[in-house]
Amino acid sequence: MTISSLIDTPSELTDSASNKTAIVLMTRVRLARNLSGQSFPGWAKPLQREQILATCRAAVAATPQMKKSLNVGIGDLSELERQILVERHLISRELSGAKGGAGVVISRDQAFSVMVNEEDHLRLQVLRAGFNLKKAWQAINDLDSSLEESLDFAFSPTLGYLTACPTNLGTGMRASAMMHLPALVISSQMEKIVRAVNQLGMVVRGLFGEGSDASGSIFQISNQTTLGESEADIIKRLSSVLQSIVEHELNARGKLLEADAGKLLDKIGRAYGILQNSHLLSSSEAMNLLSLIRLGVDLGAFPADSRCIIDRLFIEAQPGHLQHAQKGEFEPGQRDVLRAARLRDEFANFTRPDFAFGHRADAGQN
Amino acid sequence: MANPLKCDLCSKPATVHLTQIVNNKVHKVDLCEACAQAKGVTDPSGFSLADLLLKASLNPEPEVPAGMRCEKCGFTQADFKKHGRFGCPSCYEAFRGMVEPMLENMHNGTAHAGKIPVRALERKSLYDRLTKLELDLTEAIKSERYEDAARTRDEINQVKQAFSQPPAR
Ligand SMILES: [Zn+2]
Ligand SMILES: [Zn+2]
Repeated sequence: MTISSLIDTPSELTDSASNKTAIVLMTRVRLARNLSGQSFPGWAKPLQREQILATCRAAVAATPQMKKSLNVGIGDLSELERQILVERHLISRELSGAKGGAGVVISRDQAFSVMVNEEDHLRLQVLRAGFNLKKAWQAINDLDSSLEESLDFAFSPTLGYLTACPTNLGTGMRASAMMHLPALVISSQMEKIVRAVNQLGMVVRGLFGEGSDASGSIFQISNQTTLGESEADIIKRLSSVLQSIVEHELNARGKLLEADAGKLLDKIGRAYGILQNSHLLSSSEAMNLLSLIRLGVDLGAFPADSRCIIDRLFIEAQPGHLQHAQKGEFEPGQRDVLRAARLRDEFANFTRPDFAFGHRADAGQN
Repeated sequence: MANPLKCDLCSKPATVHLTQIVNNKVHKVDLCEACAQAKGVTDPSGFSLADLLLKASLNPEPEVPAGMRCEKCGFTQADFKKHGRFGCPSCYEAFRGMVEPMLENMHNGTAHAGKIPVRALERKSLYDRLTKLELDLTEAIKSERYEDAARTRDEINQVKQAFSQPPAR
């Protein structure tokens, strides 16, 4: 598979069918693995890095999961192509900035990706739309076992899988869910949630991994610790935390409607109006407007099958995807023009909001 | 404590003890025979204790003591402090004393309780067994124990076969 055909194929993430727990956009499980007896990527000499890269790329591409995959060195990709892969969560920013001696193998359906010579020799990941942690773990566990047939991983009976950073020791597993939490943001409860989640040994981040920029009210929640518990136990613990965040978000939505439905309807209606008519949209403004439309879908203002359109736009409104669609590179100011044009186009034929649900809530109060 | 004083520079037992007052401050130095010689301390007029101590403190790790460097990859404890990452898997053995207390604050336990790369470990134990058998074979031939040699050769063939077999699932 080539990079251009991969880019033109919708990913597992952008093609999410409607799901019941719509608050969880997608789940991801990542495993860190290293070859025994070899220096970690950050310490290996350039030649050794190249050898490790060749060994790992060949082994990964030979697994059944990676049949007809995209298998490339980072240096073979243009800056724009790398950015698109980052926006699709298929490679990390760190890997995209690598000078050389690094690469990635991505499955045809973009569910699996394996980064080579990022912080560890191998970073295996699987993406699944919706709330699917258990299935995601099974899928990545199988890929890991296939790789084990041909690679000797650095492993200690007491410390587990040995990783460049001691924070990933043991299972080497980072399981996460991307959650859409607009009502918790609107009602200023996120800080409280973040603190509570931290207490439970989980981490909350903004949409694109590092930092805490929470554009679009999308957050990534993942396990903090990797050593001392089995993968299944970590996933069980994370699942129950996610479940309780979902409940808090649903409660917050109920309370917003109860307290002042008009205010919420106004936000959703204005978002719709701006998306249909604006001529300049920054990335973060677009994310926040799309987030409100998505909330509208969940509440019944728009048909449920339009949710996947919004999920696709979350990604396609990012700078890399926008520039790719326009076949060129543009300054950030020009991108805002492109983004607004793109969204005007998408929303020209988007079903008008039906606010009956809100008026029912209003009526119930009076 | 009745412990003998250690040399301030290399921590061997100190035999030379000096006191000097510099800028109204008392400086005490304990040195071993060798360091005292090397620093010219045997000629009290030719050196300043403060100077000596300053140099020692400016250069806290003149050479990395044994056990502070990973034999496999050359990574040092100072490298870890700088990068926050290790050099290779063997570093965990080399810096065990530093890693263990760190893990208690970092994780939910200090012992691995997850997946084990069964297939790879099987392969490693077969490989170790093969290496040992090949050594036995050489020994047996050298000391003309031909019956032992024949038996060892059979065992080697068995192990080699196990290597090429698909994994038991
Ligand atoms: Zn000495
Ligand atoms: Zn090392």
